Amino acid sequence: MAKVTIDGIEIEVEDGTTILQAARKIGGKIVPPAMCFYTPLKGSGGKCRVCLVKVTQGSSKDTRPMPKLVASCITQVQDGMVVENTTNEEVLNARKGIVEMLLINHPLDCPICDQAGECKLQDLSYEHGVSAQRFEEERRTFNKVDLGPYIQLHMTRCILCYRCVHVADQITPERVHGVLGRGDAAEIGTYIENVIDNDFSGNVIDVCPVGALTDKTWRFKNRVWFTKPLDAHRDCPTCSGKVTLWTRGEEVLRVTARKDQYNESLEFICNTCRFDKKETKDWTIEGPTHINRNSVISANHYELPVLNVPIVPNLPVSTKKNLPQE
Amino acid sequence: MGLKILTEHINVPGIETLEVYRKHGGYKSVEKALKTMSPAEVVEEVKTSGLRGRGGAGFPAGMKWSFLAKPEGIPRYLVCNADESEPGTFKDRWYMEKNPHGLIEGMITSSYALGANTSYIYIRGELMFILRILEKAIAEAYAAGLLGKNILGSGYDLDLHVAPGGGAYICGEETALLESLEGKRGNPRNKPPFPAVKGLFQSPTVVNNVETISSVPWIVNNSGAEYAKIGIGRSTGTKLISASGNINNPGVYEIELGVPVEEFIYSDEYCGGIWKGRELKAVVPGGSSVPILPKNLILKTAAGENRLMSYESLSDGGFVTGSMLGSGAFIVFDEEQCIVRNTWNYARFYHHESCGQCSPCREGTGWMEKVLHRIEYGHGHQQDIDLLVSVAKQIEGNTICPLGDAAAWPVAAAIRHFREEFEWHIKHPKEATAPGAVYRGQLDTVTA
Repeated sequence: MAKVTIDGIEIEVEDGTTILQAARKIGGKIVPPAMCFYTPLKGSGGKCRVCLVKVTQGSSKDTRPMPKLVASCITQVQDGMVVENTTNEEVLNARKGIVEMLLINHPLDCPICDQAGECKLQDLSYEHGVSAQRFEEERRTFNKVDLGPYIQLHMTRCILCYRCVHVADQITPERVHGVLGRGDAAEIGTYIENVIDNDFSGNVIDVCPVGALTDKTWRFKNRVWFTKPLDAHRDCPTCSGKVTLWTRGEEVLRVTARKDQYNESLEFICNTCRFDKKETKDWTIEGPTHINRNSVISANHYELPVLNVPIVPNLPVSTKKNLPQE
Repeated sequence: MGLKILTEHINVPGIETLEVYRKHGGYKSVEKALKTMSPAEVVEEVKTSGLRGRGGAGFPAGMKWSFLAKPEGIPRYLVCNADESEPGTFKDRWYMEKNPHGLIEGMITSSYALGANTSYIYIRGELMFILRILEKAIAEAYAAGLLGKNILGSGYDLDLHVAPGGGAYICGEETALLESLEGKRGNPRNKPPFPAVKGLFQSPTVVNNVETISSVPWIVNNSGAEYAKIGIGRSTGTKLISASGNINNPGVYEIELGVPVEEFIYSDEYCGGIWKGRELKAVVPGGSSVPILPKNLILKTAAGENRLMSYESLSDGGFVTGSMLGSGAFIVFDEEQCIVRNTWNYARFYHHESCGQCSPCREGTGWMEKVLHRIEYGHGHQQDIDLLVSVAKQIEGNTICPLGDAAAWPVAAAIRHFREEFEWHIKHPKEATAPGAVYRGQLDTVTA
């Protein structure tokens, strides 16, 4: 076990835990943002650099600070480590700089983007961005590409986090897409206009932190904050069958994997569940999905408020179990 | 003439053949190491020598070797980094072309010290003609029993392979090199784990530069203590310097570390002075990635002493007044050279060569290049200069590998030392972009 102090809060974690994971155990505002790290995906992390933190004390044995900012998602804690995240000006400036760079080639087309409301870059730019853009050169543009019947690629919005590549490498039988080119000419693409077509291909949509890979069956049907997410499951021979249904009225507009508070899939789901089961009768509804009340998705106020004293004595069990434990 | 360790017999006709190489003392270190020394003793000699990595970082080679993990039942690898491709750096390719057996001898001795039974020379793909020279020399070494099973009857086995890369600059970074050697896209790995723990094929690996490995035979033959006597301070031994730019005698020179920079530039033994009798304007002392130094700072340190060709002296004063020895690529600029154009040219290189894996480098290198391009072609604004400094700062230290730093340092240093030249370009776009135009200090005029 190792004791680590992050922004003045001490926590004891298992050896091998990264700074980011330790911060997530504490929770709240001190959790560094992460665009490329994705817990279920081996080898993810270290690329976007938005999770940089300052290690002001390496360990209790070696109290020297680390000379450079380190990526918290890949740096393991050591006993006695002291980390500064939100309390360090250097970190905040670096993060601001990285957000500015990410926004060079990512258009802020939130009003029409299907990822609006669920976009981590949107959150990041609100929290760490600057209002003025200093980049005045020509931005790169791409045509939209249909990667098979279900997925559309907007390369313009891609921030090259590599998550979709890791998904294809790790949970699908073969990968037909990857990063082509290098530097700022790098792009996600398939070899000779191939299609991403396998039982788990839809997961590349779930892991995309921005609106680069979108679900063609959901595009322009609704805004996420007008929908009600419901936890549901079905007996699926291919995957766990545990999903979130995004509904409006009786209509299931979208099916996604269930995600945690950091927008990471708890379990990957198959394409049949995701794209072919769009009727409520296909599913056993468990109850409303808990959405953080600070999220724009909670704007629909469908969930009962969190109360210390239960004022609704006959609250359905399925609802109760999804209330935050506070 | 200074002491020559690597280049003593470099001009002997036929030195690239095993026969001639052995006639001039070649492969003695292999016999000595394999028959009379333990691997640990060889490592100890290299530690004693104070030999520092000649690829650019200057990390002590013996210490790097001692970090190598030695788990039972897992192979260890030595990989020679022959992917030299930084602008201005051409010493390794020159050395391998002239003296392939020098490198092979170093590979055998070093592999023995590290307990590696398979080693690789990862060479830049464009250097196919040198690859053939090396393969021919390796074949000779195999035929003579210097490679393969039971080398010279010592019981030590070593297989040596040459692996050509695809010609990407990023593959000179040690972890990207290992990825490429494994047949993958040459993207740098996150560290830790370092290659000494998990390197090639997840096994402990040492990656050393051509010159570093080629220096080992002399150390084994003559002792680490003798090597440590050469040079100055912690900059021990000799160093190959590839000198280019506006000098009378461009080429590769072997110097004893500690030679005054002024002597290196002006003496006939080395660069032979500035060509066409012009004045010295600036020098990039260690390859395009290190900060440029104007005339006054390249000749004298911050304390007013003579600046020397050594790791310490060239970096004296940090990046405000110093630079780095780097890979020893000494690029000289005369008074007729435009610093803005040169900086744009470097930025263009790093933009092109960024692997694109991490955000600051992927986006920042392109941003800097585009702004510098505008300034050079007469479309700059005054605020662009501070913008460049700011972007360089956003890249520096925030990337996975040092390519980000390598892209940021030349831009930041050029503005630090030649800011008025950038301002002049922006204020006088028509004059500045005229053919042959160059800023000449207080005159503020051009020679078209």
